[in-house]
Amino acid sequence: MKTGTLKQILLITDGCSNVGEDPIAMSALAKEQGVSVNVIGVMENDVIDEKGMQEIESIALSGGGVSQVVYARQLSHTVQMVTRQAMTQTLQGVVNRELTQILGNKQTIEDLPPEQRGEVMEVVDELGETVEMEVLILVDTSASMKHKLPTVKEALFDLSLSLNARMGKNKFSLFVFPGKKNDVEKLLDWTPKLESLTSVFAKLSTGGITPTGPALREAITYFEKKRSLRNLISRNDDEYYEESI
Amino acid sequence: MTMSTMKSQFNLQKGAIINGKWHHKQYRIEKELGAGANGVVYLATYLEQLVALKISENGYTVTSEVNVLKSFTKVQGSTLGPSLLDVDDWQFSSSTMYSFYVMEYIHGPDLHSFIKQKGEAWIPVLMLQLLSDLEELHKAGWVFGDLKPENLIVTGRAPRIRCIDVGGTTLKGRAIKEFTEFYDRGYWGLGSRKAEPTYDLFSSAMVFIHCAYPSRFSKDGRGLEQLMDRVKKHKILKTYEGVLIPALQGRFKTAEDMRQALLACSYKQNRPKGTGVSPPSRQPSRKTKGKPNGKTGAIVLILFIGCIYFFYLYSQMV
Repeated sequence: MKTGTLKQILLITDGCSNVGEDPIAMSALAKEQGVSVNVIGVMENDVIDEKGMQEIESIALSGGGVSQVVYARQLSHTVQMVTRQAMTQTLQGVVNRELTQILGNKQTIEDLPPEQRGEVMEVVDELGETVEMEVLILVDTSASMKHKLPTVKEALFDLSLSLNARMGKNKFSLFVFPGKKNDVEKLLDWTPKLESLTSVFAKLSTGGITPTGPALREAITYFEKKRSLRNLISRNDDEYYEESI
Repeated sequence: MTMSTMKSQFNLQKGAIINGKWHHKQYRIEKELGAGANGVVYLATYLEQLVALKISENGYTVTSEVNVLKSFTKVQGSTLGPSLLDVDDWQFSSSTMYSFYVMEYIHGPDLHSFIKQKGEAWIPVLMLQLLSDLEELHKAGWVFGDLKPENLIVTGRAPRIRCIDVGGTTLKGRAIKEFTEFYDRGYWGLGSRKAEPTYDLFSSAMVFIHCAYPSRFSKDGRGLEQLMDRVKKHKILKTYEGVLIPALQGRFKTAEDMRQALLACSYKQNRPKGTGVSPPSRQPSRKTKGKPNGKTGAIVLILFIGCIYFFYLYSQMV
């Protein structure tokens, strides 16, 4: 199998959106365009309120991604875990659809006897190791997030460390919202290494509004259009398109 | 998928029955042994025998770990992981199915409890055992990944260290699947998360250090320097400095190299009257102690013979 590029948005926030479009709808839009959305909620000592919690879960659910709410100190481990888990989840979906192609109607990996699943899993593992990834990181910099930003930065270094241990190539870019003039501001253009982000957080202005929805909408447009998840498996491209229409 | 809710999914009580869908074996739950992010492990009985049963919501986790356990059985004489007994699905209700696998039940205290009970003298012994197992695993093309005391059990009347969780075991050259920050060289800024033998050797050194400092400590940003401080400040760790520090720096190419270095250290450590006296200072002290003894002995002997000779001559003259 030849691999294409896997696209993810990683949203790091600590609460509810309060301006603009519904972030859940924007997340569903991202999914339609082959971009999965993962959300990490950062708590301080207190718990995030029910509403914020629900929004975090819903964004990930409609964006086909993974969500988790953690304390700031667990952020590093969580960010890399969520990203990898979402990657595996997407690949499993792709491989499952491929299996449906081969095995016929509605057959998935669970319908295979355990002995044969191992080989399928090998394929998923192999893909996870070699697939190219584009991860757009979207950080909430509203006032309450301000003192969590050093931890966020550290977590992002850690993410780059984890993903760069794979054989496949990675590209990262970093956006914050709200931006100085617009809803969202680009801090770092596509780059293979997040280490270049050392000073960018310093010049942030932290404002009161949280335009999560508009930020997601903007973020989707930054992904390169030419390749999508659908090209992930190039071998049976034509059949695959037929099936998915 | 929301990960925060995963832990509490299974709450199987003693006596619950799990039926395998494919192989039709029946397991009776005895108690929970442990729960992690990737599923729950239960102690269960199958035909009067105790087994460990791991069940997960995520079928892929089960399949992935089964793959690792299967490849372990191909490694000749490896005792590192538990042996695999069965893989199957459990039809929980008409719509939900959970995958599980059954393995040998490895009974015993975890590494920390064992050392607390039996004493620190066991630390190097168990580390030597661990390193020979790692050597075999590495030779077979795998890296263990998530090495930590919680995953290490000491079992049997002749105590032997065994690993019970193979969730992090990764093919060489790939990215480590699962790790725990304290034992991860990436966390300490001392290397990549690529699956290489040196990755496991770093974790082994951290397991060793953790045995001496029962509570884990966090990084303070100084990286290797902080860890070296910890090693040098501890009486036992300091003795093994020559093993621990190169392991932290990734200087041992193979587990066997590290094992040899550790053996050399313990050998020095175990020489008679060795406690607290370093070998270089002991050597000359034995010399100075031995020589005067020999000298005085010779002088006494010469005097004694001289006296007898003198008396002999004297008696001849008279």
